[in-house]
Amino acid sequence: MGIYIDSEKCTGCKLCLAACPYGAIEMVDGKARFTDDCTSCGACVSSCKFGAIVMEITRKEEVDTSQYSGLWVLAETHDGKLADVTLELLSEGRKLADELGEDVSLVLAGQEVEGLVPIAAAYGADKVYLVEHEVLAQYRTDPFTSVICGLINKYKPEIVLIGATTMGRDLASRIAARIGAGLTADCTGLAIDPETRLLMQTRPAFGGNVMATIVCRNARPQMSTVRPRVMKKAEPDTSRQAEIIRQSVELNEKSIASKILEVIREEGSSELDVQEAEIIVSGGRGLRKPENFALVRELAEVLGAAVGASRATVDAGWIPAYHQVGQTGKTVQPKLYIACGISGAVQHLAGMSSADCIVAINSDPSAPIFNVAHYGLVGDLFEVVPALTKALKKELGQE
Amino acid sequence: MNIIVCIKQVPDTTEVKIDPVTNTLVREGVPSIINPFDENAIECALQLVEKHGGQCTIITMGPPQASQALKDALAMGADEAILVSDRAFAGSDTLATSYTLAQTVRKIGDYDLIICGKQAFDGDTAQVGPGLAEHLGIPQVTYAIDLEVEGKKAKVKRLLSDRFEIVETRLPCLITVVKQMNEPRHASLKNVMKARKKEIPSWTAADIEADTDRCGLNGSPTNVVRVFAPDRHSHGERLEGEVPEQVSALVSKLREKMVI
Repeated sequence: MGIYIDSEKCTGCKLCLAACPYGAIEMVDGKARFTDDCTSCGACVSSCKFGAIVMEITRKEEVDTSQYSGLWVLAETHDGKLADVTLELLSEGRKLADELGEDVSLVLAGQEVEGLVPIAAAYGADKVYLVEHEVLAQYRTDPFTSVICGLINKYKPEIVLIGATTMGRDLASRIAARIGAGLTADCTGLAIDPETRLLMQTRPAFGGNVMATIVCRNARPQMSTVRPRVMKKAEPDTSRQAEIIRQSVELNEKSIASKILEVIREEGSSELDVQEAEIIVSGGRGLRKPENFALVRELAEVLGAAVGASRATVDAGWIPAYHQVGQTGKTVQPKLYIACGISGAVQHLAGMSSADCIVAINSDPSAPIFNVAHYGLVGDLFEVVPALTKALKKELGQE
Repeated sequence: MNIIVCIKQVPDTTEVKIDPVTNTLVREGVPSIINPFDENAIECALQLVEKHGGQCTIITMGPPQASQALKDALAMGADEAILVSDRAFAGSDTLATSYTLAQTVRKIGDYDLIICGKQAFDGDTAQVGPGLAEHLGIPQVTYAIDLEVEGKKAKVKRLLSDRFEIVETRLPCLITVVKQMNEPRHASLKNVMKARKKEIPSWTAADIEADTDRCGLNGSPTNVVRVFAPDRHSHGERLEGEVPEQVSALVSKLREKMVI
């Protein structure tokens, strides 16, 4: 990782000074120069209108992997709380780090977020890198990328885990491209290879029809994104404490390209979210037409369940995408999952197979969904689902 | 306004199987298509060009046969298409791919906007778009459901899991789009004929002045070490009989397990 200023091209305009989060550029004889505080975070590169700042990615064979240690989780916050996926990754990260005999750290960037440190500690963090600034109040790609790349270059973590959310995917790819790290998306399994100490990252590929295990031998850190609800949250241990490592940054709103003008939350949607629900009733292509989702909805209503859907039905426009369960939809972990007319492409299974109890209703006895189902009913869903709705109504005293 | 759309030719993934003996992908006979999200990106670009003028150039990195995807994009109405193809690109992960595309964009030179689909249907990583923006040092706005361009600014509505976000950024920038943004048009007969005649240039690593150490396997920090069929062992129980028996057996099982 190298960054340098081409003094031939530098005009001394000072734009880079405003862009540097680490206050690490000074003017010497009318030209910009990096001080020892430079973390090679790269924030200045795009601020230069003259192409005078150049960043070079270190070739992978030149990376000294022994300099990197520890496992980091990048925090995501919602409404002043740590997102569940962050707690899940701390829990999983704790197990992996214990195998390596290393520390778990949380990178917590935002505005007034220090209050979240005890929760991070309870879920497994030994250290918290805390970066607080008003510019970081809402997630935006540029400032978060620069701040976190700076920390990575300074402290050199071996592994970095990030939630595969809209934020995490946006951020992780930008960081990986800037520092030349290897990044594996949507891992469903993480393990440490005892011999090489490499992170073995397993993910579904080709629409989930195959699984692939991916490693990153030479580049560091080894970065993975993991979807919400794939890893299990540990029991919090409130006696644990985490050391705070505070990083001050100088961020200037003016030098940030993107502004969030408005955030719109859809109010009044009475539909239960599949990720919140304890019970999900899902429909697939076996429903044959969009109107037949009514059968799924009726059963869901009796159970107080959310309505889920397979990718095929969403792609066909039968039901909005936020119902979609699976690798490209949402990952869910309900108490009970009832799949109606879903064949069970691995892409779907990747999103729901960790449900506590799975019921499959399908006319094809060889449908892969039966392989993950705890209870399989081979039959015509147009008979079975209404009969089940009726029986449950009676059982639950709703008649 | 000059727009570059990056597309990927993907196998129709529902058809891909794994050979249980050799543990490798069986891709023969699997039809190739334009990544569906990329069709939304093309549609978005065509609408902007219709409104603001300029031209829409489609690029793809891939083997020679990927030029079919470019032909399909031209048939939708794109002005130009460029294939970026070289043995040096084989085995590229998302980092190497985004570097290669960045070199291609640099060679094209003049652009205001780059549009990509939010992710590819086969890899589902969503990493190449942001990686490309980073290599070019331009802002990115991902998951766009609506996009307006005014002067040197873009106003983008983003579709996030629990909310929409309206973001303003400067051009040039890179936008990735979601399926809900638009309905991709069908090819018109006129454009199909035009596409058939159109020469599609094929650029090599040398043409785009790519450092081959940063392309293909050499430039890819991640390596696939194992590909395998997913675990599909059945641990479950089949509830047999006629529908009423199946249903009552299920209800009592669910009661027993206290999930209802």
